[in-house]
Amino acid sequence: MSERTAATGNSEAIADAFAGGPAYIPYLAVGDPDYDASLAYVEALDRGGADVIELGLPFSEPIAEGPTIQGAVVRSLEAGMTPDRFFEFVEELDVDAPLVCMTYYNLIYQFGGSDGPRAFVEKAAEVGLEGFVVPDLPAEEADPLREACDEFGLDLVFIVAPTTTGDRLERIMSRVSGYVYVQARLGTTGAKSDVADSTTESLDRLREYDVPKAVGFGISTGEHAERIVAGGADGIIVGSALVDIVADGVENDLSTDAVADRLESLSRELKEGAERGYAARTGAAESR
Amino acid sequence: MSETGSTTNDASKPSRRPGRERGRENGKFGRYGGQYVPEALMPAIEELTDAYERYVLDNEDGFMDEFRERLADFGGRPTPLQRAERLSERYDREVYLKREDLLHGGAHKLNNALGQVLLAKYMGKERIVAETGAGQHGTATAMAAAHLDMPCEIYMGERDINRQRPNVFRMKLNGAEVNPVTAGRGTLKEAISETMRDWATTVENTHYVIGSVVGPHPFPVMVRDFQAVISEEAREQAIEKTGELPTDVVACAGGGSNTMGSFAGFVDDESVALHAIEAGGSTLEVDEEAGVAPNSASLYAGEEGVLHGARTKLLQDSDGQIMESHSVSSGLDYAGVGPELAYLVDEGRVTPVAVDDDAALEGFHRLSNTEGIIPALETAHAFGYLEEHAGDLGERVIVTVSGRGDKDLESVIEETDGRDVAGAPDMSMFTGGI
Repeated sequence: MSERTAATGNSEAIADAFAGGPAYIPYLAVGDPDYDASLAYVEALDRGGADVIELGLPFSEPIAEGPTIQGAVVRSLEAGMTPDRFFEFVEELDVDAPLVCMTYYNLIYQFGGSDGPRAFVEKAAEVGLEGFVVPDLPAEEADPLREACDEFGLDLVFIVAPTTTGDRLERIMSRVSGYVYVQARLGTTGAKSDVADSTTESLDRLREYDVPKAVGFGISTGEHAERIVAGGADGIIVGSALVDIVADGVENDLSTDAVADRLESLSRELKEGAERGYAARTGAAESR
Repeated sequence: MSETGSTTNDASKPSRRPGRERGRENGKFGRYGGQYVPEALMPAIEELTDAYERYVLDNEDGFMDEFRERLADFGGRPTPLQRAERLSERYDREVYLKREDLLHGGAHKLNNALGQVLLAKYMGKERIVAETGAGQHGTATAMAAAHLDMPCEIYMGERDINRQRPNVFRMKLNGAEVNPVTAGRGTLKEAISETMRDWATTVENTHYVIGSVVGPHPFPVMVRDFQAVISEEAREQAIEKTGELPTDVVACAGGGSNTMGSFAGFVDDESVALHAIEAGGSTLEVDEEAGVAPNSASLYAGEEGVLHGARTKLLQDSDGQIMESHSVSSGLDYAGVGPELAYLVDEGRVTPVAVDDDAALEGFHRLSNTEGIIPALETAHAFGYLEEHAGDLGERVIVTVSGRGDKDLESVIEETDGRDVAGAPDMSMFTGGI
């Protein structure tokens, strides 16, 4: 087993993504609205400045997702996405950013006809994934996946909610690696016009832990990104605002290129916002 | 002392018999159970676990006393254990019916709904949410919420809303809001997912009244403990009437709340055989391509997996995607099952059997015209089983009549028409619908 600590993680590529500036971490559901368009969309995120990319492997019962990402999951499953196709997709992708798989535990557990997460993690390592986020896997049930990730050198990201404190926070932080996903507000995923105060409180609670903190849930503009990074986040995670662009492309029958351009341009806006926030924070720190 | 009075005193705490201790400690039933939920829900689940231990297990502030009293006065408990004369003759053994169809609302569902809404009140919650498939749990929750003066919102699949209009109206009559769920195929599993999403946003003031022995700990043990009143009563009543324990208990199984309620009091009685009757639908074959299992026999035909917060037996494809289940009775129409039942099946303590739509319909008509009891289609599966397997059973059989069939009359007309169902009346005058 490797010498992992929360701070260094297992994946050098993920550690590097947080070194020397804020990380922009976009999410898209793979296969939405179909395999080929989805390849173009993920590559557009990379061109737009993604530091890590979260790739959603759709599960039929996405209990942690709001309506936007549920829509993406339905489109992708209807177009035939499966775990095997997902791995082919990852192999075919031409991107620089390290890739993290976001999915639900049953798909990980069932993969390869085995009971347990090891086969899925082995395959993920083989196609070049660097880590996992599993929204329905609490720390208490995560040891088999944690062990498999350590065996194959992958990171396991956990979500910390505004309501996570005390012993629960300890249990999560002793198992997390790569980065911690700080959920900005209660509820499910979805773009919101304001970003909650609870983010600041959550970041304060996490200050003593030496692991990158990426904030997600509700970020949709460069201005949000700026404010959140200025408030102390090491990275921002954006999903629904990007999935909205894909959904809009489906609804208005836009070309793959047009949708990809919009994804790239929102990515630039978010990345630049994050960098402004970082400059403001570090500048303020230097001038103190 | 009245029978009700003595029941209240004896049962002020849930049974401490060994079988009932299972799962209370950590929500694990062998390899099944657990708490597979988004992090935002964990604090709510921990708070609920604490409340379950204090109020339900330790009867703090007299919670269980008040629960039993309300079940008697508002619910009409205890329900009778009735000897079925014609069925006893037909099958040449004593057949007793545990009459949960006579509970207020017409189904066993109130036992759980009243328990949870009352618990929410003790916890200081201000709002109730619940999911419903056929509408039975939704109507029970709406009744309990009105009775205890709590605002209530019910999530229900759009397709189920169209299939179950009278139940939707009943919920509204009791002051509940009914929120249609359009995701997926718009049935029970989507409604559960949607209710979990609501709860993840509103945990601070809201309690989620889950409708069966499914979901993350402590729901499976808590719902079992509320429903266990069925078998606690039945056990006493059987001994009183016959001087001994039954040889067999037969109960239909969807998510499993009726099943666990009917079995919990007998799990430690090794001489009592326990039969869980699942919906075999039209066939046990699955269509992987379409993601459809035309049955809901997750104990009999399912594979281990993780759904809606628990590890249990599921109808899923080889990738782990959840299948759409199907049954003529929408109350059994669920791709998962309670983790404790999955465990008891693996241990050999509970025998699962699948009964198909046709046999269930025949069971429906048989009980209606021979005993004068129109059962719910869910319950009818248990009578379909009896017809096929009574010869394998012992001398004294208890069958739980989990609910009455008034809600199913339209479906029964539709399903009976065009099939050759033994014992059915002449359908020609009803085929225009009612």
